[in-house]
Amino acid sequence: MKDIQDIQTPDNLRYTDAHEWLAADTSPSRMGITDYAQDQLGDVVFVELPEPGSHLEKGAVCATVESVKAVSEVYMPVSGTVSEVNRSLEDTPELVNRSPYGEGWILEITPDDPASLTALMDSPAYREMLKGL
Amino acid sequence: MRYLPHTPEDVSAMLERVGLPSVEALFEALPDACRRETPMDLPAPLTEWDLIIRMESLAASMAAGSGNRVFMGAGSYSHYIPALIPQLLGRSEFTTAYTPYQPEVSQGTLQAIFEYQTLTARLLGMEVANASMYDGASALAEGLLMAIRLGKGRKKVALSQAIHPHYREVVQTYFAPTEFEVLTLPVDPATGRTDFSGLEGMDDLAALAVQSPNFFGCIEDLQSAVSLSHGAKALLVAAFTEPLAFGLLPSPGSQGADIVCGEGQSLGIPQSFGGPGLGMFACRMAHVRNMPGRVVGQTKDMNGERGFVLTLSTREQHIRREKATSNICSNQGLCATASAMYMATLGGTGIRKLAALNRDKAAYLKKALEGLGFTPLFTSPVFNEFTLKAAQGFGRIREKLMEKGMVAGLGLEGLYPEMPEMKEAFLFCATETASREDMDALVEAIRGELL
Amino acid sequence: MNGDFATTGLIFKEALLWEKGKKGRTAFSMPAADVPPAKELPEALQGEGPDFPDLSELEVVRHYTRLSQWNYGVDSGMYPLGSCTMKYNPKIHEKLAALPGFASAHPLLPESLSQGALQLMFELQEMLKAVTGLDAASLQPAAGAHGELCGMMLFDAWFRSQGEKRDRILIPDTAHGTNPASAALCGMKPVALASGEDGILHPEAVAALMDDRTAGIMITNPNTLGLFESHFAEIAAIVHAKGGLVYCDGANMNAVMGYVDMKRMGVDVMHFNLHKTFSTPHGGGGPGAGPVCVVEKLAPFLPVPRVVKREGGYALETEAPLSIGRLHAFYGNFGVLLKAWAYIRSLGPELKRVSEMAVLNANYIRASLKDFYDIAQDRVCMHECVFSDKNLKSFGVSTLDVAKRLIDLGFHPPTVYFPLVVAGAMMVEPTETESVEELDRFIEAMKRIRKEAEESPDLLHEAPQRTRVRRLDETAAARTPCLCGGM
Repeated sequence: MKDIQDIQTPDNLRYTDAHEWLAADTSPSRMGITDYAQDQLGDVVFVELPEPGSHLEKGAVCATVESVKAVSEVYMPVSGTVSEVNRSLEDTPELVNRSPYGEGWILEITPDDPASLTALMDSPAYREMLKGL
Repeated sequence: MRYLPHTPEDVSAMLERVGLPSVEALFEALPDACRRETPMDLPAPLTEWDLIIRMESLAASMAAGSGNRVFMGAGSYSHYIPALIPQLLGRSEFTTAYTPYQPEVSQGTLQAIFEYQTLTARLLGMEVANASMYDGASALAEGLLMAIRLGKGRKKVALSQAIHPHYREVVQTYFAPTEFEVLTLPVDPATGRTDFSGLEGMDDLAALAVQSPNFFGCIEDLQSAVSLSHGAKALLVAAFTEPLAFGLLPSPGSQGADIVCGEGQSLGIPQSFGGPGLGMFACRMAHVRNMPGRVVGQTKDMNGERGFVLTLSTREQHIRREKATSNICSNQGLCATASAMYMATLGGTGIRKLAALNRDKAAYLKKALEGLGFTPLFTSPVFNEFTLKAAQGFGRIREKLMEKGMVAGLGLEGLYPEMPEMKEAFLFCATETASREDMDALVEAIRGELL
Repeated sequence: MNGDFATTGLIFKEALLWEKGKKGRTAFSMPAADVPPAKELPEALQGEGPDFPDLSELEVVRHYTRLSQWNYGVDSGMYPLGSCTMKYNPKIHEKLAALPGFASAHPLLPESLSQGALQLMFELQEMLKAVTGLDAASLQPAAGAHGELCGMMLFDAWFRSQGEKRDRILIPDTAHGTNPASAALCGMKPVALASGEDGILHPEAVAALMDDRTAGIMITNPNTLGLFESHFAEIAAIVHAKGGLVYCDGANMNAVMGYVDMKRMGVDVMHFNLHKTFSTPHGGGGPGAGPVCVVEKLAPFLPVPRVVKREGGYALETEAPLSIGRLHAFYGNFGVLLKAWAYIRSLGPELKRVSEMAVLNANYIRASLKDFYDIAQDRVCMHECVFSDKNLKSFGVSTLDVAKRLIDLGFHPPTVYFPLVVAGAMMVEPTETESVEELDRFIEAMKRIRKEAEESPDLLHEAPQRTRVRRLDETAAARTPCLCGGM
């Protein structure tokens, strides 16, 4: 497990307390799990993706990320519609470990209310939260 | 007592290490409200010798043993078990090992189960099989629940009435606390096969389940069942109670079945008054993440050596907990190992011969009984079981034969009270263990009573 | 001995079955065809038969003999898997289960021809009732999880009979995964119940969550930390007061036989694991058996058929309108029930001694190792105790490393990473059949590993060194599953 100072949390992203990140400055917004989450989970072996086009409420499970010994659920940070999913994860789930903010993105959503994204944590706030864990 | 090695000296020394004055002190955390007020009312211990005498006396009252004169199948089959199987199976490295959670010290179990999975998949014509479920009945229930998980919100399943009545009861038990519904498709009284005409009126189906050979011994038209099922956007669940049939008949997978589940007792497992049995379960690789039960996978170790591990564990209860594909933990591991040994012993050539012999034996018995005046109820071809209508009053003859230790078939009236055709209907079975003399003796005994 | 009595031996490589053999070989003695061949099947019903290898008898025998030599069993050495109760499996039971009168018995034999089996089952029911203090039993469930499912179905049936539908159930954070999984199969949503700092449940926590929408609670007692749930009776009273039911997971029954009265304690339903407490072999993953015992008010809901004693003998009763129905095609794993019957008949009231020695053995290990490994709860435990890798982190050593190194020293590792409430848990359950010498060997091995963790951690990281395969790649197995051979 990495030390907190080695965990990456890019400044241009937003974060949730369930360790998801979201690119709030684009729409549709890409999201995935954070460097902390992938480190805790270990080698990712499978990612269950949602159906593009499905509408999900805030807090609903939109994806699951599995390692050998654990399953992590990915929750919708805000209500919205799934516009795209990262199909390369079907053959190469390890992208989530290697590049959690880049090629390891999981899905893209179009929020019902774009303003709701500003309520999510920024990088400094998320790092504070990580220190407290 | 020979299982308890502690001498009084051992106990004293150990209590000293623990820092307690007595054995009772170990139980101080038990409050009064939880304690027994009287000792357990259990019979005095038996020595090994008295235990044997007691057991032999109980066993002697059972109508079982070599020299098959029990002509019943109905979900439990008499087959020869080669001597090498109990010898190998009895090796304590197989019997006294636990679930292979530490793969480096369990490669014996893991490779044996991987081989079982492979042979099972080949027998059933499917892409993947799990490491076993409890029995054919619970495997069917789990197969239907799996179909519902895959069914995108559909809540109903249709079961053929020709599936073993106990299996259908178990499915009802599993479904009772759920929101899912079980519908029934009747038996065609002429052919003895499932009548699918009612399927058109059914919607919201996640699965259609058919058993072949079915409870009456009739071989079903699985290909039609598959196309009708897929036409209704449902999965076809093919059940079985006698897997030896697939030595001769086309496998359910080759006919297009989506999930195949049934009882593997015929493959090297003693009947043992109904259990332990073996729930065989197979499905398509595309659906594997929804499959219940344990599964063993092939991998490499750090030096590149081939090895085996339990895998896809995230489907299971110890990780997924309430979202698991099933609650199953212990399965029927040793029975699965026994059946793999049996399939390996029989071989691809042997299983075809043995299956053919089973069919020949049943055909001989059927013809001989028809010669006595029994009439066939159904027109469909059969494997090693068949249903005949007896002359009125055969029930009394059957009772008399039991006094001689012969069990002539199974009466079906009680199992199918809703079908008037089942009055005086009896289900007979003859496997390779039924010698010509045994069958002739049965026929002569019945003939004697008819006169 | 210095705790190092595992050596390397002559263990063979062995191929997969389909990599051996030759078409035309056989290991099976085909019975004589003493009847004429039947008429040919219609073409549509003629299959090809499965692609099985053809092997000679010796090929099959060597195959499985070699495979068996790769396994570690209870007969090989101490197998301290927590909550699994890996006690000695008596050999006499194997001989008795193989008696032809039982092994060859068809389950649908008429009652008059199966009295021996029915009597055995009835007596086992009575003895399990005697051990628990409860009023009725069913032997049908084929495993512990099957017993739990039965229990949850009994809950469901009970509430229906009361005209209620309760969709939640309280489950402690120390529970085995089968508990919430079984509840979910019956439409009940598990509500997590936190244990206290002392590792056991407290009545206040239960009272805060228990209401009339909650079906009740599932408690394992002793729990998976090896501790007795001392507040059980109070908790049961709280649950009962709101019309709920109490389920006891009896997996850890080996700790309390002869001491605990389940009925008095407030249990409504419990299950046993016969392959744990009652010595039936684990078989590499079953078959087990999970009989349930219930209080009188739940007896009408038990599965059918039921073994009953009547004037003139024993019988199977199927008329039970309130029953939840069948859970198994026949009566459960009779061949396993038989062994448990034989075990109880061999020990009788000495089952109490079994529990006493099991608890003594666990505490002996606890007292001997508590200064070497971090112990989750430092007080008298029951039949198992839980350590963790907390003190080893600074050396870069984990529970997994300790487990793998134990293999090199000749022991099967304890249960690791469970219960989830203890990070890096090592759950050690020696059982009563281990002698003090065997325990001392285990303790020496654990002490040595502790020393190695500090002085030469690489020995642990590279373990196991003495096995034929080492540190298998579970990630690859899960990413690209290969579940079927010869493809």
